[in-house]
Amino acid sequence: MEQNKFFKFGLCILACVFIVTGFAFPVSSKEKASKEKLKVGFVYVSPIGDAGWTFQHDLGRIAVDKTFGDKVETKFVENVPEGAEAERVIRDLAKSGHDLIFTTSFGYMNPTLKVAKLFPDKKFEHSTGYKVAKNVGTYLCRFYEGRYLTGIIAGKMTKSNSLGYVAAFPIPEVIRGINAFTLGAKSVNPKIKVKVIWINSWFDPGKEREASEALIDQGVDVLTHHTDSTAPTITAEEKGVYAIAYHSDMSKYGPKAHLTATTHVWDKFYTQITDDVLNNKWKSKEIWGGIKDGMIELAPINTKAVPSDVVKMVQKTEKMIVDGSFHPFQGPIKNQKGKIIVKSGSHLTDKDLLGMNYYVEGILGNIPK
Amino acid sequence: MNIDILLNIFVATIAAGTPLVYAALGELITEKSGVLNLGVEGMMLVGAISGFIAMAKTGSLVFAVLCGMAAGILMSLIFAFLVLTLMANQVASGLALTIFGIGISAFIGIDYTSVALKGIPPLNIPFLSDIPFIGRIFFSYDILIYLSLVLLTGIIFFLYKSRAGLILRAIGENPKSGHALGFSVIGIRYLAVIFGGAMAGIGGVYLAVLYTPMWVEGMVAGRGWISIALVVFATWRPLRVIAGAYLFGGVTIIQFHIQGFGIEISSQFLCMLPYLATIIVLVIISRNKNTIRLNSPASLGTTYHPATN
Amino acid sequence: MLFKIEPRPDPSKKMKYLSPLIAVVMMLITGLIIFLILGKNPVSAFHAFFIEPVNDFYGLGELIIKASPLMLIGVGLTVGFRANIWNIGAEGQLAMGAVFAGGIAIYFSNSTSVFIIPFMFIAGAFGGMLWACIPAFLKTEFNANEILVSLMLNYVGILILSLLTHGYWKDPNGYGFPQSILFSESALLPILIEGTRLHAGIIISFLAIFIGWIFLLKSFIGFQLQVSGLAYNAASYAGFKYKKMVWFGLLAGGLAAGLAGVSEISGPIGQLLPSVSPGYGFAAIIVAFVGRLHPGGIFLSSLLVALLYLGGESVQMNLDLPSAVTGIFQGMLLFYLLAADFLINFRFKVKSKL
Repeated sequence: MEQNKFFKFGLCILACVFIVTGFAFPVSSKEKASKEKLKVGFVYVSPIGDAGWTFQHDLGRIAVDKTFGDKVETKFVENVPEGAEAERVIRDLAKSGHDLIFTTSFGYMNPTLKVAKLFPDKKFEHSTGYKVAKNVGTYLCRFYEGRYLTGIIAGKMTKSNSLGYVAAFPIPEVIRGINAFTLGAKSVNPKIKVKVIWINSWFDPGKEREASEALIDQGVDVLTHHTDSTAPTITAEEKGVYAIAYHSDMSKYGPKAHLTATTHVWDKFYTQITDDVLNNKWKSKEIWGGIKDGMIELAPINTKAVPSDVVKMVQKTEKMIVDGSFHPFQGPIKNQKGKIIVKSGSHLTDKDLLGMNYYVEGILGNIPK
Repeated sequence: MNIDILLNIFVATIAAGTPLVYAALGELITEKSGVLNLGVEGMMLVGAISGFIAMAKTGSLVFAVLCGMAAGILMSLIFAFLVLTLMANQVASGLALTIFGIGISAFIGIDYTSVALKGIPPLNIPFLSDIPFIGRIFFSYDILIYLSLVLLTGIIFFLYKSRAGLILRAIGENPKSGHALGFSVIGIRYLAVIFGGAMAGIGGVYLAVLYTPMWVEGMVAGRGWISIALVVFATWRPLRVIAGAYLFGGVTIIQFHIQGFGIEISSQFLCMLPYLATIIVLVIISRNKNTIRLNSPASLGTTYHPATN
Repeated sequence: MLFKIEPRPDPSKKMKYLSPLIAVVMMLITGLIIFLILGKNPVSAFHAFFIEPVNDFYGLGELIIKASPLMLIGVGLTVGFRANIWNIGAEGQLAMGAVFAGGIAIYFSNSTSVFIIPFMFIAGAFGGMLWACIPAFLKTEFNANEILVSLMLNYVGILILSLLTHGYWKDPNGYGFPQSILFSESALLPILIEGTRLHAGIIISFLAIFIGWIFLLKSFIGFQLQVSGLAYNAASYAGFKYKKMVWFGLLAGGLAAGLAGVSEISGPIGQLLPSVSPGYGFAAIIVAFVGRLHPGGIFLSSLLVALLYLGGESVQMNLDLPSAVTGIFQGMLLFYLLAADFLINFRFKVKSKL
């Protein structure tokens, strides 16, 4: 049959195209040359941009590059969606000789563990997760310490007593931040209410903006967020309300609106871990560092807007957190129904904090189920 | 809830609906000529990144809009060449255009990701926008929103009052008789597709330059598909398109506001409503020959072969 | 010298099979130009895109894993496409397949029964077909355009999956993150070859190619589909039931997409996530077209389109280009194919003189 003949002819040509492209481009021998160096891989959930969660991680990566110079080679892959695609990227990094791999988003947890099982001699560090393995450590900042301090500023600066919070996913890490912010604000202004809008995405400037506008339209006059982009700060600046940024100092996006920001500093941590691996000292650990460890810093407070007594109050509380005389989740704490859940004189343990799944008094609405 | 919040929701809804107004009005004209272009999402994205880059480089909104339109037109020309000149399948060509547009826009925009633009404040027409209530409802928008209303008026006039509009509709109904009357079916359809591309481009520019204003990969986020749904939902009538656009745009605004009020309705459920409503409308108008003739362009989606005449 | 375009007396069979190859070659040439414009060394760029992902055994396995849902859905859609029934709702049908099968895996997470997997496939097939039933029913009973209905239902299906993973089916011990529990062993497809991720789901895809081949090319109903597609009037004249063809065409696509959804969640993913497909339902349309609506061709084109997916990720890692390059190549492939198809019915002729 003529049709069949042509079909086979077609198959042959297509096969030839595959084979020719295969042979025409021999594998480069570049990989062998860099065998001596420690290759460190980073997987990012959003584009690096110039502010935000991923941007801060990338500052840490650059610090590693600077500190170790020729001894290490770093590589990052940005904008990797959480889920099945992440597994492929992590695996490709491991396969291409990266001995230490940082995966920097909660949704990478299961993919990281899956890949780690297959590459027992490689080291993995997963940020914000709760599962560890022999070659998988986790690391996290005590974001809530910064949140509490920014809450104090928000509580002092609000006139409408209505604070807004644009949040990503209802996981403990985020809920903890909302609670700490609320407790901080309530400590100086018992009348405040916090409104939360969940956008179910870490990075979506469009939704972040819509949620910010909705909050401001509903009377919020100090806005903060646990999402990645600069959209909330920009929106606040446009609408003439205050913003407290997260991850990075975003003051250049809202010179008037930006009061301060809870920023993450990964430089020290990343250099330490890389050093451990270089010296064969690395062990799987669950690291949770705060202000004291230099992993959390407040961005410079906007003193044009914030009165100096408030700044002093924040500095005092910060000192107390560092020296351990104060804990942001220190009793008495009431839940939304007004029932005391942490008694005066005690504070929540790390285990309680890691599994936090309730709102404290002062937050409106419910956590989505 | 007080009147101010309602007002704010109203104003935000108009803004959220505007990209849909542009894209859907463009697609309406394309479809009226009998061509179904499923590439709206891709055209919007390419328009968005082109306008965004133009805005970032020059700071001129007019230039950004022109660049977005040009990009949309270029994209639509690929489609037009395939389906009109080469007589390719419209569904496949449109899908290819969307897939291509998502890719190429992300590619061009790689250096512009999370670059912040200086927002352009709304016009706030002096005196008028200060009138309580009315000022906010009518006179507090940005220029592209007013322009979209001008466009709507123009399209209504064009379709129902002008000879050119009559010809366009005739060709959408029956290209063969249009040809017999001496009109260039292919030429007119080219113009209709290009118009659709230009409008999708403006829709994208609005989104990237005025609404968000930021560029992110895939930021049109399904609005192109919603626009296609909208044309069907509006049974190919311009006034209903604009009403539907605000209705569908309102869905995105409402889902955040109800969260702020502490009401629990899943956002996914709200997002489904436009699509479900469109299917229902489609069933209602398709159920018999008369209603379908009254509403949809009869030759929609079918390839016209000039040679077979 | 001038060329004139003229219709061929008969459609060219040669061009029908040559046109995908022309499309592939043109796509490669355009890709080359793009890389050159970007100042990337085209050799290393092509190496990163087309060779790097498949230069070892594991990579080849990945290629087949990616190609598996594409060939399965591609064959399923072809049944409809041959009869001119345009089901572009495979993405939603895949999501619904995942929803139904995922429900089984979640509710029977304690069971160690060997019947869980078959049960999941039945449920997934049902889910996909249920979603394809809607456009079929609305088309045959209300004359509603199946292109538009199936397109709209994509989003409804995807949103239902998202709704469930954000809500009722969220892992109760997952700290609120929108994903289901990890499926138990009994709900996971076995790995076929150690050291790869090749799972048993690919057997279904290969079977689909085989069955599709027999069904479309050798059976009477395959012939009926073809006739009905070629000429709607001729088909009704010949007594073939058009409505039956509509149902058949859409359900085959729904079935295939549903099964592909099951393979994805109980294969490489292993749980329900808010999104389980990077656009397989749309890419499968490209696969079906480039494969000439022929199971053998679909097999090859699914490998090619899968390679484009892997290549995109590879250039993201190696050349710092966005993985969205995949979309550019996929779009171009279909553009060039549709353009080259023009030559099936037309030819260029040299005009000796004006």
